[in-house]
Amino acid sequence: MSKIAVSTTVNGDPAEFLCDAGESLLDALRGSLGLTGSKEGCGSGDCGACTVMLNGQMVCSCLVLAVEAEGKSIATIEGVAEGSVLHPVQRQFLEHGALQCGFCTPGFIVAAKALLEVNPDPDETEIRYWLAGNLCRCTGYDKIVRAVSAAAAELRQERSAA
Amino acid sequence: MNAPEPKGKFRVVGTRPVRPDGIDKVTGKAIYGPDFVTAGMIQGAILRSPHAHARIRSIDTSKAEALPGVKAVVTSADFPGQSAKIIAAGETSSSLQNIAATCMANGKVLYIGHAVAAVAATTKAIAEAALKLIVVDYEVLPHVIEVEEALAEGAPILHEGMITKGLDPAPDRPSNASMVFTLAGGDVDAALAASAVTVSGHYRTAPVHQGYIEPHACVASWNADGQGQLWISSQGHFDLRNQTASVLHMPSSDLRTYPLEIGGGFGGKTGIYLEPVAMLLSRKAGRPVRLTMSREDVFNASGPAPGIVADITIGASEDGTLTALKLEFWNQAGAFPGSTIHSGVMTALGAYRLPAYFARGWDVVSNFAGTKAYRAPGAPQVAFVVESCLDDIARKLGIDALDLRLKNAARPGDPGPTRVPHGAIGYVECLEAAKAHPHWSAPLGPNQGRGVAGAFWGNYGGQSTAAVALAADGSVQVTTGSPDIGGSRASMAIMAAETLGVPYESVRVTIADTGSIGYSMVTGGSRVTFATGKAVIGAAQKVIATLVERAASLFGVEPGQVEWRDGAAHCLDGERAGESLSISAIAGKAGQFSGPIVAELAVNPLDYLPAFAVHICDTEVDPETGNVSIIRYTTVQDVGTAIHPDYVEGQMQGGAVQGIGWALNEAYVFDGNGRMENPGFLDYRMPVASDLPMIDTVMVEVPNPAHPYGVKGVGEAPIVPPLAAVANAVARATGLPMRQLPLSPDRVWAAIQAAK
Repeated sequence: MSKIAVSTTVNGDPAEFLCDAGESLLDALRGSLGLTGSKEGCGSGDCGACTVMLNGQMVCSCLVLAVEAEGKSIATIEGVAEGSVLHPVQRQFLEHGALQCGFCTPGFIVAAKALLEVNPDPDETEIRYWLAGNLCRCTGYDKIVRAVSAAAAELRQERSAA
Repeated sequence: MNAPEPKGKFRVVGTRPVRPDGIDKVTGKAIYGPDFVTAGMIQGAILRSPHAHARIRSIDTSKAEALPGVKAVVTSADFPGQSAKIIAAGETSSSLQNIAATCMANGKVLYIGHAVAAVAATTKAIAEAALKLIVVDYEVLPHVIEVEEALAEGAPILHEGMITKGLDPAPDRPSNASMVFTLAGGDVDAALAASAVTVSGHYRTAPVHQGYIEPHACVASWNADGQGQLWISSQGHFDLRNQTASVLHMPSSDLRTYPLEIGGGFGGKTGIYLEPVAMLLSRKAGRPVRLTMSREDVFNASGPAPGIVADITIGASEDGTLTALKLEFWNQAGAFPGSTIHSGVMTALGAYRLPAYFARGWDVVSNFAGTKAYRAPGAPQVAFVVESCLDDIARKLGIDALDLRLKNAARPGDPGPTRVPHGAIGYVECLEAAKAHPHWSAPLGPNQGRGVAGAFWGNYGGQSTAAVALAADGSVQVTTGSPDIGGSRASMAIMAAETLGVPYESVRVTIADTGSIGYSMVTGGSRVTFATGKAVIGAAQKVIATLVERAASLFGVEPGQVEWRDGAAHCLDGERAGESLSISAIAGKAGQFSGPIVAELAVNPLDYLPAFAVHICDTEVDPETGNVSIIRYTTVQDVGTAIHPDYVEGQMQGGAVQGIGWALNEAYVFDGNGRMENPGFLDYRMPVASDLPMIDTVMVEVPNPAHPYGVKGVGEAPIVPPLAAVANAVARATGLPMRQLPLSPDRVWAAIQAAK
């Protein structure tokens, strides 16, 4: 069984890898590309710990075949901060104590960043429904919702100042 | 957020700094169990039983061994023989035989998903292909799942020769009941007969899973000279090392075990499943081996929490004073004995003044994965029974539910669950805070109901080791062996900074491997901030003693004439009175003294105190569908002292939401073959963000006088009340008793229909 070569872009940089036909994008990211920030909690698209952006679309990377990444652009948790400068969502997660074990955190941060790109001023209900595909077992979501709300406010302020 | 402001007496304790491991965890850099890679590592896979109960006649692994790329195959024949010796297994204990059999079936499979063989190969795909070449000849046996089936006359026996312990006289025949634990006082039947009112109920809950998002994973490397290494994400790498070494008959010091970041545990990562298997594969293959569980494996083959069947009667006088409590419950322990009946019994006693009581728990095995600790293990199920029954008493007598609890609540000095008097507990303070909270008096709409429940968890102390070392620049290294599941690096740094009088940021915390520090028990029992915290504070105090001694020498005075204050030594007497030496000035002169400033301290504190909690829950029930919505939720808890209030609130909120899931949706559902029908997060429905309101927190601080900063332990108490708080709210919304969990829409709808 020969491997398939895939050329793609990960966090803005060109990336190439070899994969099996049935390999998931998550396995390729974590294995061939060594990007273990995306996590596997279920392998069935139910927990959201593997959330990445594929051509600007939020996906569970465990449900995407690695070969589907050919010619596309992938954004993972490793690319959320700009160099060593944290994204407001990351900073607010820390400021609000919105993580305990931290295993679901990468998926939440990628998903929350995507929310704020389409909805700069989400109310509590909008945040809760957008993040309903991400499971957190530690926090009860309260501090996550507050962190996302605070990040939204921070981003709005940045924009109005710009 | 109802944070107490940092109190005048503390400088760092009670503040909310960013956790030291934070950036790694929001950028994807932190290395969890399934992330770790080492040179030359190959992949393992496990063959699991398709039968709930079967005898293994033979296993033929020859074809798997012949597959190119396969480096090792392991079955129970590769395990050394095991004794019945009981060893610590996280928060509970178990026999070596059963610990080994949890990792690999020996002679019989006891549940679907039970490991029967394992393969290591150069790729995961080859390892999985090899599993299909292993031929297992099973003699399928009848199985049992529910407690009633397991105890029925003629039921298939899981463990041949198992005689129930704790009964006098001992039964003369084996059964599936492994143990009975009873606490009794006074004449409970006479007291009930004389009571003005009594309420009885029959209750049932299903097995549930801790639901940590990170599946189990490990990497093992075992060399020909007998020395090995393990990389694991667990709640206690020392305990998992000890269990693994015991099962493999190797000296513990030959097995250096490295803690990786842990993606949730809640009690479920206190025991071994994969570790000895990976070790045996590694020894055969001569390569490091990784083993991981899938989510389905986690549901089928790790340790859920027991379901419970219970009968209760509580009596009271006309004014609501409790007269007697009689409880008998049967834990659905899963395949191996040792479910947490003791803490279940204790949960029923100790929160209220009870003149007469009888509480008995049964540990009953059946054919699903052996249960394990889950956050306040054994307590939530029993609290559901007791607190629901108390609500019935309150309604029957027309007394406010909080007033009934206030009238009977245990106060300091009252008997605890084992009749040892309670210390500085804060149950009354919690109940009063709940009563004063605007939530308790807020109006309710149609189809809405408000429930309340109180409860406690005993907490724990346990053995811990910590070291505090100063660098020459005065910065501080704290080392412990307690894995950080929910921010404990931050609380250790806060307590060390508070003690030393230095900034939080100058303290860094390492969780060291088993070769780098002395033993620490698992992160469990709500013990780390309390016990490991005591070790850290004590080691920091020893460091201060050395700093003071050296400063005295530099000042040319006696140590008694030097005061340690605000991170510096102040000279109180002599020519240099009024001068001070900073921590860095002293640490930088280590070469002039007997070397670097380091202190290590091992502790085993027994002066822990229980945590009490009161939860208020508003539900709205849809009469058309039976769906229950949580519309408002408030948690009140005696937290002792909140070291880092964000992470204390986080424990209260997270525990409450796990309890809400337990109450409303979560359950192991078995088909007629003993197969779990919902081993995935789609059908095992844990709460998601859109299911919930904000979880309000009220931290009541009644400090533990035996801890330098008043810590009690906060992690487990929050999961004890919510089952009853939710059920009581649904009962009040519908006017119907809710005595079986989960309160899924179909069950609530059926109850509404039956009452029409």
